[in-house]
Amino acid sequence: MANIVQFENVGLRYGTGAETLSDVSFTLASSGFYFVTGNSGAGKTSLLRLLYLSQRPTRGVIHMFGEDVVTLPRKRLPGFRRRIGVVFQDFRLVPHLSAYDNVALPLRVAGMPEVDIDEPVREMLAWVGLMDRADALPATLSGGEQQRVAIARAVINRPDMLVADEPTGNVDPVMAERLLHLFEALHRLGTTLVVATHDIALINSVPSAHIMRIEGGRLDDPSGALRHPPKRDEL
Amino acid sequence: MTRVKARRIAAMLDQGKATRAMIWIMAIMVFLTVLAAALGLATTRATQALDRDLAGRLTVQVVEGNAGRRDDQVARILTSVRRLPGVESASEVDRAQLAELVRPWLGDAGLDPELPMPAMIDVDLADGADSRVASIELVVRGIAPGARVDRHVAWLAPVRDFLALLTLLAGGVVLLMLVATGAVVLLSAKSGLDTHRDTIDVLHMLGSTDPQLSRLFQRRVGADTLLGGAIGATAGIAVVALLQVQVATLGAGVTQGASLASADWILLAAIPIGFAIIAMIAARIGVSGQLRKTL
Repeated sequence: MANIVQFENVGLRYGTGAETLSDVSFTLASSGFYFVTGNSGAGKTSLLRLLYLSQRPTRGVIHMFGEDVVTLPRKRLPGFRRRIGVVFQDFRLVPHLSAYDNVALPLRVAGMPEVDIDEPVREMLAWVGLMDRADALPATLSGGEQQRVAIARAVINRPDMLVADEPTGNVDPVMAERLLHLFEALHRLGTTLVVATHDIALINSVPSAHIMRIEGGRLDDPSGALRHPPKRDEL
Repeated sequence: MTRVKARRIAAMLDQGKATRAMIWIMAIMVFLTVLAAALGLATTRATQALDRDLAGRLTVQVVEGNAGRRDDQVARILTSVRRLPGVESASEVDRAQLAELVRPWLGDAGLDPELPMPAMIDVDLADGADSRVASIELVVRGIAPGARVDRHVAWLAPVRDFLALLTLLAGGVVLLMLVATGAVVLLSAKSGLDTHRDTIDVLHMLGSTDPQLSRLFQRRVGADTLLGGAIGATAGIAVVALLQVQVATLGAGVTQGASLASADWILLAAIPIGFAIIAMIAARIGVSGQLRKTL
């Protein structure tokens, strides 16, 4: 499996404060499934921000899809972002757009002709079980429905990597299981998944996934396994 | 399909109160600009009319107490001046007309042939023959050393200067309004970015480029400015048309010349388009500048 992300001694500091992330080094393999865990404030969200290119590190090297994204010119970042799907804990749906238009956003941003948009959007809504809610505004959707719209939006472009921040944080156990099935389906389709979660049940339900534990801004990786990560069943 | 796409993309930004406010701000600014521009165009037209009427016209005033000598000087001046190149016509102003001019001060006494009234000669020069005035003065002074040569342009120079000042002032106001429009749009684009920050962040995260995001604002601002501009221009042109009707009824020389030509009306009607272009450029600059500050 090829590596699609590589962090080398990455550090992140906001302003003049202490480092939020220190000496973080790991490799994400293509089609891998990764859980990022750690206590609140450990640096999980900061790590995810670096992964979905919302933040540049203050030091270290990040290679993504074969290129150094730390020194990458700003105008080339959108092309990389289109290869990454993101699901936020608070969904971040555009409130004045319907579920259909929210899911269609990445395709419109990518410049897909309007005539070609309808079919994939309807397929995606059907996949997350929201075909009958296509015209609903986010405010009228339940938390689980909003989460599924967010996931549909994140994956409609068939991203190479999906980054999800606490995707089961706002949903009931039944919905959490359903989301997990969606993630596994994506994983089978070849998408690299990085899921930040506190949900032990979720982690245990994917035995083949790798665990990335963040403690005090450092990646807990005493054996260095995450630099060249084996699967959990190989440990 | 393109229209549908444009509508869909434009819908990425929420339509809110700020949009309606922008339309009315633009309506007011275009209304004021149309009035200022109309003033500038009218004064320009009046200045041109004044120049047409007065350019190349002068009056020779022969001041001589002895009536016989005066008439002789007038006859000789007329003969000599008419021979000069560039002189289109030269004729003595009728004594009765002169008497009419001084009637408010002298009453019927002005008609008395014994009254030593100066004689007046109107001289019209051909187009572009203004430089001949000096040679006319030379000829006139040679015949009647006490005579005066007055250019009509010189008499009305203060009026012309005043009109030019008004034109300049109107131009300055139009320019200031354009600058103010740009500034308003820049501020509005910045506040629009703040208002739509969450949507912009989502679009950024989905891989929107700066030009894509700028275009969203650019289209919105352009459409709002055009709509507001159309309202303002319609109201402004209606007011100017009413004023033009009023001016036409005055019948005075300078104000008659202040009538707007067809090209002027077209120019006034085109002001909203100019505003929309400036607003769109300002929006693009403002939004791009703000976006560059983000990753």
